[in-house]
Amino acid sequence: MDYLLLQILNGVQLGLLMFLLAAGLTLTFGIMDLVNLAHGSLYMMGAYFAWTLIGLTDSFVLGALLALPATFLLGVLVEAVVMRRLYGRDHLDQVLATFGLILFFNELVRAVWGPAGKSIAVPKFLARTIEILPGVPYPAYRFAIIAVAALVALLLAWLVARTRLGMLIRAGASNRRMIAALGVNIELLFSLVFGLGAVFAGLAGLMAAPIGSVKIGMGDDILILAFVIIVIGGIGSIKGAFIAAMVVGQIDIVGRAFLPDFLKTFMSSAAASSAAPAISQVLVYVVMAGVLVWRPTGLFGQRT
Amino acid sequence: MKTRLFGPATIAALATLGMGSLPTMAQSTIKIGFVSTFSGPQAAIGEDMRRSVELAKEHLGSKMGGKPFEIIYEDDTFKPDVGKQKSEKLVLQDKVNFVTGYIWSNVLLASLKTVTDEGDTILISANAGPSQIAGELCNKNFFSTSWQNDQTPMAMGEYLNAKGVKSLYLMAGNYAAGKDMLAGVKRTFKGEIKGEDLTKWPDQLDFSAELAKIGAAKPDGIFIFYPGAHGVQFVKQWTQAGLNKTVPLYQVFSIDAITLPQLGDLALGTLGAQEWVNDLPNDQNKRFVADFKKKHNTYPSYYGAQSYDAIMLMASAAEALKGDLSNKDKVRAELKKANFKSLRGDFKFNTNQFPIQNFYIQETVKDPAGMMTVKTIATAVKDAKDPYFEKCPMK
Amino acid sequence: MIATLRTPRGLATAVLLLALAVLPLLTQAFDQRYLLSIGTRIVIWSIAAVSLNMILGYGGLVSFGHAVFFGIGGYAVGILSANGLQSGWLQWPVAIAASVFWAALVGALSLRTRGVYFIMITLAFAQLIYYVSAGLEAYGGDDGLNISRSRFTGLIDLRDKASFYWLCFALLLGTLWFCSRFANSRFGFVLRGAKSNDLRMTALGFPVFRYRLAAFTLSGAFGGLAGILLANEGAYVSPAMMSWVKSGDLIVIVVLGGMGTLFGPLYGTIAFFVLEESLPPLLDLLRKGWGEYWQIVFGPLLVLIALYAKGGIDSLLGRRHG
Repeated sequence: MDYLLLQILNGVQLGLLMFLLAAGLTLTFGIMDLVNLAHGSLYMMGAYFAWTLIGLTDSFVLGALLALPATFLLGVLVEAVVMRRLYGRDHLDQVLATFGLILFFNELVRAVWGPAGKSIAVPKFLARTIEILPGVPYPAYRFAIIAVAALVALLLAWLVARTRLGMLIRAGASNRRMIAALGVNIELLFSLVFGLGAVFAGLAGLMAAPIGSVKIGMGDDILILAFVIIVIGGIGSIKGAFIAAMVVGQIDIVGRAFLPDFLKTFMSSAAASSAAPAISQVLVYVVMAGVLVWRPTGLFGQRT
Repeated sequence: MKTRLFGPATIAALATLGMGSLPTMAQSTIKIGFVSTFSGPQAAIGEDMRRSVELAKEHLGSKMGGKPFEIIYEDDTFKPDVGKQKSEKLVLQDKVNFVTGYIWSNVLLASLKTVTDEGDTILISANAGPSQIAGELCNKNFFSTSWQNDQTPMAMGEYLNAKGVKSLYLMAGNYAAGKDMLAGVKRTFKGEIKGEDLTKWPDQLDFSAELAKIGAAKPDGIFIFYPGAHGVQFVKQWTQAGLNKTVPLYQVFSIDAITLPQLGDLALGTLGAQEWVNDLPNDQNKRFVADFKKKHNTYPSYYGAQSYDAIMLMASAAEALKGDLSNKDKVRAELKKANFKSLRGDFKFNTNQFPIQNFYIQETVKDPAGMMTVKTIATAVKDAKDPYFEKCPMK
Repeated sequence: MIATLRTPRGLATAVLLLALAVLPLLTQAFDQRYLLSIGTRIVIWSIAAVSLNMILGYGGLVSFGHAVFFGIGGYAVGILSANGLQSGWLQWPVAIAASVFWAALVGALSLRTRGVYFIMITLAFAQLIYYVSAGLEAYGGDDGLNISRSRFTGLIDLRDKASFYWLCFALLLGTLWFCSRFANSRFGFVLRGAKSNDLRMTALGFPVFRYRLAAFTLSGAFGGLAGILLANEGAYVSPAMMSWVKSGDLIVIVVLGGMGTLFGPLYGTIAFFVLEESLPPLLDLLRKGWGEYWQIVFGPLLVLIALYAKGGIDSLLGRRHG
């Protein structure tokens, strides 16, 4: 029972981290109709900025807080130099250009920070475990991830539901021409939304850094999963991304925690433990394909 | 700037393609191809190998058997298919005398036949040692200056028996070497295996589910194989989960000179098995480690030491043949003698051309200057042979 | 025929095909065996690019999972070979059939979606096969599988690099011939019409979905052919053959060469391979050590192509007529 709870919590934590990454992606996608493969690069840049700034300030919190505006600025810059030229182009051009950006950022990082991975230590006050139940410890830092990501989710929900910016985002996701007709400064809005998306990606990257490592290409594989999430959820829908991220998180954990034991009932132990992660990966894509076959625009996507 | 590059690039491209068309002259330079990972998250390992190879070159005065030698580095980008293509290029286009390097078992397995059979070129693995190549796929053109995958974990298993560890939980990346490593430790470890996980390789970031399983299984120890960046991730999450207080970590190839700067204190006190340690007391090793530290202000790793040995092994053959490497039978015969000063001390080749050597147990410590490193605390096994050599048809 | 040669495009194409046709002779004369193996890969990738172009270029359907057919074709050969079935007469039809089956299934499910959803669902199905192949422990799993080449006893020995190259080249010509017939048929016309306005084509009474499905399936069949050849080229198959980056590369190639043009994919493949092989040494010429960072140049180059080089290399060869 304790064990089950612990694994569910692991799934929640993983899902929330994925949500952070997916939220920015679905925002830019929904409002600007932009396929941004380089979103994973922003995730990576957030982590590298944090590494540098934490080194300079000698404080995790301060460094992390400074890394966010840095990622925002980078986002705005990327938007102004490349993305702006891609709005209204076909998705193919966007895929191609942002694919090029991935290559560029990966090599840029290698040239600037060198090939070796970097490490961000868990801040002192979180470098311990908390007993969720007697005798069941859970890393405090993972609780911090849950808290921060949940906070961001609430903030986003508020932003989208209650503010003018949110209204524009909602309007943009369902009908792009309408916001232009409203006389809104579109350029500014798009810059802002892209920058905001970059901040979420950067935040996800720097929060993930202490449990993993800061390394080249760290955003590439996780990006595909983020895309899967927003597609399941329906492009442009924050709610959909949240629900999909939670589902994907649980699928991943179930595949690793319970599937091997299940498989062992009818195959060899070694085969079971190596087949299980493959199956759980496949499962995510099966769910996505299933959702799309059932609802071609995702769970909460706009019907066209 | 970038647009203008396009024109000249295409022209130069054609020029490069043409350039190779010079007929090869009677060889005045010895050529060595070095395949390793120089980009992506595992590039640090390749860099460590390159530094050691360059140091070997320096120690040799850039000459082998009186002839200058050239090293051509190729990046496998951590992918078997790319590694295979790069190996092919070295053999067919550069017409190298030796191909060496190879961190990853799967890259080596993909490239092996291209080099040894189709190219009839000698391949010296400076790291990877998949079981197949020690056994049924053994090849007269293949030598190793490292080990067979099972051996290092077998040494660890022996040590754990002697130490009285009763049960283990096993974890490794799900690829050729990972499977060999787990097979290796199970071969010698006599206690109970409380569970094992092969995790997605190379892109698994999170180990929380597995660590929760370990917490529930309550083994006497965890045995892991996570080379390079993955080792850092695992060790961090192991300490964050608080398991470092209850379940000790025993590792092979996961905590080393490359990952220690990132791990720092987290790794203190962990034990690992290895055939080479930076404090092995022979003269050539002292010189290698001192010169490496002076140059790069960090310790060399076993990846580097094995690469250094690979170059020295080639040099010994070139020396004996006075630089004439045209007769491959003679070259192979000379290599087989292993007549050189290895950094791990002398070793002999087994019939499958893998070393017969000692394995040591090392502990992670801080050196007097406060730098993280490992030191030898015991000899786990002496003159060990890998468990597959009898399957190799070569005698 | 003579008239075609007068246009820059016709001339360039003729020279290119001629050069490709005699490549093994050249590489043999200059003792450049590696160049022949690059040439072989270029020809095989061209077949895949032409096949992707059928749906991407003519149909406007951005499939982000086309490399999966490398994998299906390759693994069909690999798995049969690992089980001792070496005959190409058996392997190749099975591999094509498997590709057709998978393409029809994926097409039937994905073509219900539009735009980005289509991009993502094709990617998802490709990832599915990727992970399944990585989980095939008996066939090497993640490590891939060394295989022996298909046997066509008495007819052709695929181990001979020149014969194998010529076989690939002949198959490329066949693929190009098929593609030109396809593009200029009523079928191709409907597909292109649906690309610019599928509602209109539907209103005109064309069953657009069925046309697209047929195109997707054909494209898969030729993709599978490229997979068969790729497996035989390296005598090795691995999940890496169908990683999503390879699918991305194929899209890059088609766009770089010129979408919806017959020879565009061929130009694109050549340009892509030449860039990949030559940028590093070129940058090294500028300054030693820069070669390793070639993707810093290559990345922005892709951005520029996406932004400004819509017609690809094909459009550099002058305007098209008709």
